Amino acid sequence: MIIKGGMVYDPANGIYGEEMDLCIDKGKIAEDGKGEVIDARGLLVMPGGVDAHSHIAGKKVNTGRIMRPDDSRLGTEARTAICRPSTGYTVPNCYAIGYRYARMGYTTVFEAASPILEARHTHEELEAIPIIDKGALTLFGNNWQVMECVRDRDISKLAAYVAWALRAARGYGVKIVNPGGGEAWGFGSNVKGINDPVPGFDVTPGEIIKALAEANEMLRLPHSIHVHFNNTGKPGNYTTALETLDLLKDIKPSRMRQVVHVTHMQFSAYGGTGWRDFESKAPIIADYFNAHDHATMDMGQLLFGSATTMTADAPLEYGNARLTHNKWSNHDIELEEASGVVPMIYSKKVLTNAVQWAIGLELALLVKDPWKILMTTDNPNGSPFVNYPEVITLLMSQPKREAEMATLHDQLPKRTTLAEIQREMDWTDIAIMTRAASARILGMQDKGHLGPGADADITIYNLKVDEVDTSKDHALVKKALSSAKYTIKGGVVVSKEGQIQATPPGRTFWVDAGVPKEDSDRLMADIEEKFARYYSVQLSNYAVQDAYLPHAKVIKAGLSVPLQEVA
Amino acid sequence: MSEPILIKDAVCSFCGCLCDDIDVEVAGSRIQRVKHACRLGSSKIMGHERMQNPMIRKNGELVATSFQEAYDRAAQILLAANEPLLYGWACTSCEAHKKGILLAEEVGGVIDSTATVCHGPSVIGIEEKGLPGATLGQVKNRADTIVFWGCNPAEAHPRHFLRYSSNSSGRFTPQGRDGRKVVVVDVRETRTAKNADKFFRINPGSDYEVISALRMLIAGKGESIPEEVGGVLKADLADLADVLKSARFGALFFGLGITHSRGRYKNIDNALSLVAELNQYSKFVIMPMRGHYNVGGIGQTLAWSSGYPMSVDYTRGAPYFNPGETAACDLLARRDADAALVIAADAGSNFPRAIVEALAEIPVIQIDPYENPTTLLSDVVIPCAIAGVEVEGTAYRMDGLALRLRKMVDCSLPSDEEILTHILESVQKQRGSMSTKEA
Repeated sequence: MIIKGGMVYDPANGIYGEEMDLCIDKGKIAEDGKGEVIDARGLLVMPGGVDAHSHIAGKKVNTGRIMRPDDSRLGTEARTAICRPSTGYTVPNCYAIGYRYARMGYTTVFEAASPILEARHTHEELEAIPIIDKGALTLFGNNWQVMECVRDRDISKLAAYVAWALRAARGYGVKIVNPGGGEAWGFGSNVKGINDPVPGFDVTPGEIIKALAEANEMLRLPHSIHVHFNNTGKPGNYTTALETLDLLKDIKPSRMRQVVHVTHMQFSAYGGTGWRDFESKAPIIADYFNAHDHATMDMGQLLFGSATTMTADAPLEYGNARLTHNKWSNHDIELEEASGVVPMIYSKKVLTNAVQWAIGLELALLVKDPWKILMTTDNPNGSPFVNYPEVITLLMSQPKREAEMATLHDQLPKRTTLAEIQREMDWTDIAIMTRAASARILGMQDKGHLGPGADADITIYNLKVDEVDTSKDHALVKKALSSAKYTIKGGVVVSKEGQIQATPPGRTFWVDAGVPKEDSDRLMADIEEKFARYYSVQLSNYAVQDAYLPHAKVIKAGLSVPLQEVA
Repeated sequence: MSEPILIKDAVCSFCGCLCDDIDVEVAGSRIQRVKHACRLGSSKIMGHERMQNPMIRKNGELVATSFQEAYDRAAQILLAANEPLLYGWACTSCEAHKKGILLAEEVGGVIDSTATVCHGPSVIGIEEKGLPGATLGQVKNRADTIVFWGCNPAEAHPRHFLRYSSNSSGRFTPQGRDGRKVVVVDVRETRTAKNADKFFRINPGSDYEVISALRMLIAGKGESIPEEVGGVLKADLADLADVLKSARFGALFFGLGITHSRGRYKNIDNALSLVAELNQYSKFVIMPMRGHYNVGGIGQTLAWSSGYPMSVDYTRGAPYFNPGETAACDLLARRDADAALVIAADAGSNFPRAIVEALAEIPVIQIDPYENPTTLLSDVVIPCAIAGVEVEGTAYRMDGLALRLRKMVDCSLPSDEEILTHILESVQKQRGSMSTKEA
């Protein structure tokens, strides 16, 4: 296949809007190609979108569906000759997740939080999502084995556990959510900050995060630790964010990437002592990221309308339920985690929601280097992923932001600096924030770029780059981004003009990291004891069986493997 | 005779406990011994009288036929129906569920599970209030207070006490049963009640009132409730409210005693509210005691496939869900369903009488390892291998945990998944030839 004459944005390879042809051979970008020719003259061409943080599969998501039949009624589409039926808006069924991402030009999506014990369920759903490539980040922040290794200052054993657990969960990377807070929630409390001891374990959240970062780098995992801070969602939490980031600034990365990825930064950039004096601290956070190179973030942009909040931060969800008097699901997972789900409506009339909306945009616009910040909505916490085009157009158009701000609370300018920001992003910024940086941050060599050998995941948008004024024509841009002219996944046209053309199964990426035998032997004694005394399942039934990943893509890492650096 | 093979840590596919520490001794193609399982599980794994041949009803009699003919006849029935019902799914694997959902989409039918006559009201309660829950191991390691309400695990889930709840021990519960307060609420003194520190016998149908009274007491509004509620003295209820409020970690397990007594889903809604409110004072979780081993699995599989966990109507091509309208019993009561496929469940035994009569009026396809009352009213009967004994696959425990079922012995019969795949192929083939004829 040859894509002719597109205006290509491939920032990972230093290409910022050049007219060029792209060739595809055997599902990869190639020097030459033959067969079908797609005429893309003047049109915007980018690598397929990569979403590094989205809740798309597993028990939390399914709990959202089960408790929200109201949501499942939205977005209903009947079965067709090619597609299974679609339902849902904030919590779509698995098929809709694949189709909708593909229609927007996204081809790779990572589930943000999967407990090891329930990873089998996560993979059942991931496998049911058509088209897109995917993977799951595995939760470690409230795990007894982790906390015991941290307490004993045994980083080698911790690394052995991380490697063992990633293999058991068929997971891709280390996710940490409100470390220590989930354990405290086991008896209904929480931790208050990174130095607050975790009840019963003689460790602090700060120690957990730092030790997991060290283990992560010892294992040379493709992705860094991926952190949801303590105190997420609470007024005044920006100090927790800065303290946590500072804790990690001297750790040396084992690959050419960050040491920590902070997820949904918007929910942790809050000032004020309560909701009454709630305000944005995005400028201080952005300054920190501008001054340091060890951390990256994703926005976690909030949009007005319906959302379903779901997180392993169970005490946060309990707080949401108390605040909104909405229905509340909670799910604590023995020895490992907690979680919760609460439906939410973000309203323009609520000043707090307007400030939250502004904070996400401030962060993106104030961080100077787009390689440090990804465009996300923490789907479906801030907004469902189908609204990414709204976020992108807000970033690209100051008039659009101004028009939106005119409909919001008049106190907004006192609580945020958004009105003062003139920056308008260009297509290079967007290609980085939705593709190139996501792949680099995840450590995926064949994603997010269009160099020879990369996966032939390509999006062609129906926008004449030279003719469109993205500042003024934001409505047109939003429409084009919502429905790609072509989405090509692994060399196959999967979506055309918003119509799904083919539904090949996507692959599931997971990381198999090697560790020295003496470390894993020491570890196994601990693990066997955990199963003999505490787990409600047998060790032999714990790990995810290969039957659940018929389209697995294993990435090798660890101490004994020679590694290529990520481009 | 060959040396016996020992299969360790097999999963028991009987009840929602999914005990996964079962040791099975196999010699040749026969199971010789089952260790660690309860009487119910052991009996299922050891096996009993099976159907061997597919059958079709001819002139009122079920007669043996070939598998292919049975598949074709089943496909014909489903294709001819306007609103076929695909019912059951509680005793088979999620792999079969996935094929069943595809078949329901393909023939434009309604798919529903045994939850409809079981924990369906719990699902509706959860839609109203959410489910504050936990895995069973969390209860084992942390719970110091356990309430069994309208359920009888001593007889229905025999190993629940020891593995997961009142009599288990864990990190923060080293004393096991001695360190726990166990409360049972029921309308009769069951064997479970004999394990209780405190048993509350309430009047039949008064669950809603008793739960409401507890909520009032917990909220400090005890002055407005009468001296006796549901046959229980206010003073006793006040003591119970104090026990619940002072739990370090409490767990409430509930069963059909409240899902199918007066109030139904409203009882569950109320119980969920009670537990949510208790979290202001203590840590508290709630869990339905799921009966059949994979009734949880069909709920999960349907939810991620269609958005809804039961009673999903595909007659319009897109999933539609409205229990009261699209549940199995509703369809049959209104005589809307004009054919039925009953799989991995015994509708003939478990449906209300009038609904069974409606089922008897329409063509019925049965897929099951055993002959049962549903067989008597079926027109096509297809015997299958037993999931979890003869076929591997996935099942979801009562707390939503997915486990891999093992295959213990070979079976010459096809699995549910294979049978459904064949029916699906026959549907597609017959539809293809119909459209060719029309053209």
